[in-house]
Amino acid sequence: MSTTEQEKQLLTGLAQNDKEAIEAIYRENYTMIQRFVLSNNGSVDDARDIFQEAMIVLYEKATSEIFELNCQLRTYMYSVCRRLWLKRLQHDQKFTTKVENLQETIPVEEELEDHEKKNTDFMIMETAMQKIGEPCKSLLDAYYLQKKSMQDIASEFGYTNADNAKTQKYKCLVRLKKIFFVQYKNA
Amino acid sequence: MEDLQILENLERYVSGEMTQQEKIAFEELRKTDPHVDQLAVEHAYFLHELDRYSALKNYRHSLHEVENKMVDEGLIAQPQIKGTEKVVYLWKRYRRYIAVAACIAALISFISTGIVVNYAKTSGNQNYELLVNKINQTNNEISKLKRSTLINNVPAARRTEPTVGYRGTGFLIDGKGYLVTNAHVVETMRSVYVENNKGEYFSATTIYLDKNSDLAVLKIKDSSFKTYTYLPYSIKKTTSELGEQIFTLGFPKSEVVYGEGYLSANSGNNGDSTAYQLSIPANPGNSGGPVVNSNGEVIGIITGKDTKADGVVYAIKSKNIFNLIDEAKQADTTNNLKIKVPTGNGLRGLNRVQQVKKMEDFVFMVVGN
Repeated sequence: MSTTEQEKQLLTGLAQNDKEAIEAIYRENYTMIQRFVLSNNGSVDDARDIFQEAMIVLYEKATSEIFELNCQLRTYMYSVCRRLWLKRLQHDQKFTTKVENLQETIPVEEELEDHEKKNTDFMIMETAMQKIGEPCKSLLDAYYLQKKSMQDIASEFGYTNADNAKTQKYKCLVRLKKIFFVQYKNA
Repeated sequence: MEDLQILENLERYVSGEMTQQEKIAFEELRKTDPHVDQLAVEHAYFLHELDRYSALKNYRHSLHEVENKMVDEGLIAQPQIKGTEKVVYLWKRYRRYIAVAACIAALISFISTGIVVNYAKTSGNQNYELLVNKINQTNNEISKLKRSTLINNVPAARRTEPTVGYRGTGFLIDGKGYLVTNAHVVETMRSVYVENNKGEYFSATTIYLDKNSDLAVLKIKDSSFKTYTYLPYSIKKTTSELGEQIFTLGFPKSEVVYGEGYLSANSGNNGDSTAYQLSIPANPGNSGGPVVNSNGEVIGIITGKDTKADGVVYAIKSKNIFNLIDEAKQADTTNNLKIKVPTGNGLRGLNRVQQVKKMEDFVFMVVGN
């Protein structure tokens, strides 16, 4: 299998939340990123953070309709991490020396803008989830995140039957929606 | 049609669960009723957002697991830098701080000569040590536990700094799985776990945290946790008397440790009236442990000790727990938070050994990273 095909497979795996794909990408790329961050005023924790964020950017790319990597995965990860790290440095105003450029990069500005927007959406939903409180949070979590059946949820949360649980779920959903849109409009 | 019903239909419509017939009927309804149509558009968008959120949250969870595995395997680690390379690295990394520090040092040396008399009074805080235990060696243990007990519902990556584990103590204030511990024990934890004296682990969430009083309320999430209908102790509302005999249970190591002593002053560090001063052995890891008097009443929560003086330990007065719970209830938007503070007197009249034996079940090790 050619490298391109392999990488394509990794991205498909990533889009399906496949841990093996995630692990493979970590193994291939993390050391390079850590070296880059460490040699540019960063710590191991910074490297972890940056890499994690880049993995989310990559995931967003892999799940978008037009997903195509026009370069090697390595180059892509390096470019994203480099951009993210430069931003962080500027933000913390630690930006004193010229950042070392270890290898070629591709422009990723657009993607990062998109990522930032998606991140805001994520945070809005996250805050809304925090705000609805229990048992709504656990209920919605069980249904939408853990994809449990209404039957299981009913017995776990002590509802008399699946229909009751369902009604409760809808009520929670309406509440969540309300909070979400209020924040969404303010954002 | 009821709004709830519309939503239900819509969800089935979006996920393609509808039969052809239902689909046609629903599309017809959308055409004829603008209210339904608008609701449908809005809800479809919202469901899409929720789906994306759920998927990303699950993905973040996987990222965390993989990351932890990489840490275990040593792929993510501080590289060993030697000799001059290291000096260069440290210099590069810290030169700005060194410059700033030098300026501050110079400034301080000027100022401090002026206020050297006052200094003795204000220096008290530097002697205050929080009794949370930083643990490197238990990291492995924790990551192992992550793999075995966590299924899907770990909170997503909160961006906190520490990579080492912490250990403290907490105890039940409601048999349904609510615990109290110190805010400083859990505030930096990405994920929180509690372990009872039987070695059973449960994952928990911090549902309320108050830095002012340095207290936090945790809730055990795991369904495997068996709730208690009765807790044998109570929480004391009034202030206790000097000289009262007390004991504490805590986790300065990975098993529960008993300590006993007496109440030595009615105020804490620097005259802090929300705390007691105790004379009791306590070590990092004891933070968040209950201080129990001979009547089986919890009178305080261990928080810190004086590093300069021997056997001077501080504990937050138990009446702050009531304030904490009130605040937590107010902060809870669902108004569903029901914490019933224990009023049991099952420890009264028992000797110490029996009291400890009864109490043990309700004191938990709080760990996390």
